[in-house]
Amino acid sequence: MSGEVQAAAVLGGLAESEELEDRRGPQRPRRRRIGLGDWLLPVYVVLAFIFLLIPIAYTFVFSFNDSLKSNIAWRGFTFDKWLNVCNVEGGAVCEAFGNSIVIGLVSTVVATTLGTMIAIALVRYRFRARSSISLLLFLPMATPEVVLGAGLAAQFLAVGVPKDMLTIILAHTMFCISFVVVTVKARVASLDPALEEAGRDLYGSPREVFWRITFPLLTPGIMAAALLSFALSFDDFIITNFNSGSVTTFPKYIYISASRGIPAEANVIASAVFIVALAIVVIAQVSRAARAKRLAAEMT
Amino acid sequence: MSIREFAESGADLELVGIQKRFPGFTAIEELDLTIPAGSFFALLGPSGCGKTTTLRLVAGLEEPTAGRILIGGKDVTDTKAHQRPVNTVFQSYALFPHMSIIDNVAFGLKRRRIADAEAKAHEALKLVELDHLAQRRPAQLSGGQQQRVALARAIVNRPALLLLDEPLGALDLKLRRQMQLELKTIQEEVGLTFLHVTHDQEEAMTMADTVAVMNKGAIEQMGAPEELYELPRTAFVANFLGKSNLFTGDVVGTTDTAMTVDASGHRITIATARAQRHQGLVTVGVRPEKVTLHAEQPEEVAGRNLLGPGRVIDVSFAGVSTEYIVAVPGVGTISVFAQNMSFGPVAHEGSEVWLSWDVEHGFGLSDEPDESSRFPADADTQSIAVQRREALLTELEGS
Repeated sequence: MSGEVQAAAVLGGLAESEELEDRRGPQRPRRRRIGLGDWLLPVYVVLAFIFLLIPIAYTFVFSFNDSLKSNIAWRGFTFDKWLNVCNVEGGAVCEAFGNSIVIGLVSTVVATTLGTMIAIALVRYRFRARSSISLLLFLPMATPEVVLGAGLAAQFLAVGVPKDMLTIILAHTMFCISFVVVTVKARVASLDPALEEAGRDLYGSPREVFWRITFPLLTPGIMAAALLSFALSFDDFIITNFNSGSVTTFPKYIYISASRGIPAEANVIASAVFIVALAIVVIAQVSRAARAKRLAAEMT
Repeated sequence: MSIREFAESGADLELVGIQKRFPGFTAIEELDLTIPAGSFFALLGPSGCGKTTTLRLVAGLEEPTAGRILIGGKDVTDTKAHQRPVNTVFQSYALFPHMSIIDNVAFGLKRRRIADAEAKAHEALKLVELDHLAQRRPAQLSGGQQQRVALARAIVNRPALLLLDEPLGALDLKLRRQMQLELKTIQEEVGLTFLHVTHDQEEAMTMADTVAVMNKGAIEQMGAPEELYELPRTAFVANFLGKSNLFTGDVVGTTDTAMTVDASGHRITIATARAQRHQGLVTVGVRPEKVTLHAEQPEEVAGRNLLGPGRVIDVSFAGVSTEYIVAVPGVGTISVFAQNMSFGPVAHEGSEVWLSWDVEHGFGLSDEPDESSRFPADADTQSIAVQRREALLTELEGS
């Protein structure tokens, strides 16, 4: 992700210097010389995109490979893997994927609820140890995952909690809360307290003011926090590996099977996730553009 | 009064011994205030004087450290904001950005479970001439329109008491005038009690029946606008509400009708009845528009104060009137407003002039002259400007 952002920034910078070059152009003799920048930039852009997209394209293409055990050599096109994704190895891929979804959803709901409450408390109320809590919340983000994972594993062992789905959910909730608090806190801080006061002034009880004013206004922040939580939980391997016992999540499944060749079914699921994510982004952008257009039309 | 039903008329507001302390500072020292039902009351003061805190206490958004708040004779000190028959038009309007205009206006009615909330909200929007925008979002409205929606959202609830927190601050002059008129009309139509907080003296004077000037957490003076203007009791009021020329000196003679003060050798007489203090060191003053400018030395007339000769050091022409700043040795600078009866200013910079005014037009302050300077050390822009100008003038005189 950060790689893409960086690349975009670099490209943006190049494009800008190119523009400056053009603006100076007319003052020189009219004869147009083909400069280095004219072909260097497009080539650079193409190479950057190839670099970024090849792994995704590879994953997608090889999800149609008529592979046997390992999925390295191209053996011909087939839809079999997409149609029978849950039928290999007793459905291990699908089971791992299902586990990841359940863990992701549960820890997202718990972390988002708790994190939102913490964020509101930290911004709106003055209480003892408020600043130390703010600081402590950064720890799970700053600590290396290996340390967190090992520490948690040791703790579960000491307390005698058997490692299963529950311990994974606890671990994921823990590190997701930090991200939720940071995301939602920014939104709460930007919320004008006068809006809630207006709600109280207009006969809204504390509960009504929260659900009709505070919550709807925080929704974008809460949604962003929830999506981030889910992505982090779904993606996590290191902490999960320490605390999962015999339960297999999707990243863990891929890691284990990598030693003997990842089955094409993993490619199918990865591709499907990618397509769903892309579809969500496209739909969001299109509907936003449509709304902006509608608002603009109303204004005139 | 239950919040489930509309107020039949405005209610009076009574603040008894109100004190409000925040960690580190006291916003309100000790405040006693009674606002009669149906009046338009303005709390006027510089920023930080405690006027907005007073408003928030009445709305229930803050709790007083001590004292009681009574609305319509009923003690509401311990009730929450949503249980009080009071509505506020916020300075920032505080319209709910995620709701349409009609939902904003109907919000209070729906919370009180009043029947036909939508229809009543449309009526309120018609009153402020915005019903055609009912389905819009607040962000799609101009500042003036948002202000009217905020007003509609408050008055639709028919509160016994309507609080206005500098709601006209963000509007341009023309829109302000229009809104002032509209507010006044609505107040007369629906007969609510209005409590208006502002730092704009002109707004307070044109709109309110009663103005209370607040300074440093206490009310300095309260009364009808003309009374406050013509007979200010403190230097703060004299300078916050319009401009004043102030002179400090010892009382050298008092009769039943007139009191004479010696200000650095200049004798200034005022009516005894218009003075708050009658002996010792006192401050007396006169409004700039009461002072007449003479190009030649006039005859001494009984019943008129005469000062001069002085020198005109600044002339600012403002169309309808001209302000002259005259430096009189010994008493400092005096400001004179003169109507432009003829074309252009009658005196020019550097010319020698005499000043006179009717003894009946002076006023005597109750301030201890040594305890407060002639211009209070307040952080509001107006008094800073006055102080700055004073400082510049003394500097100019010295050179």
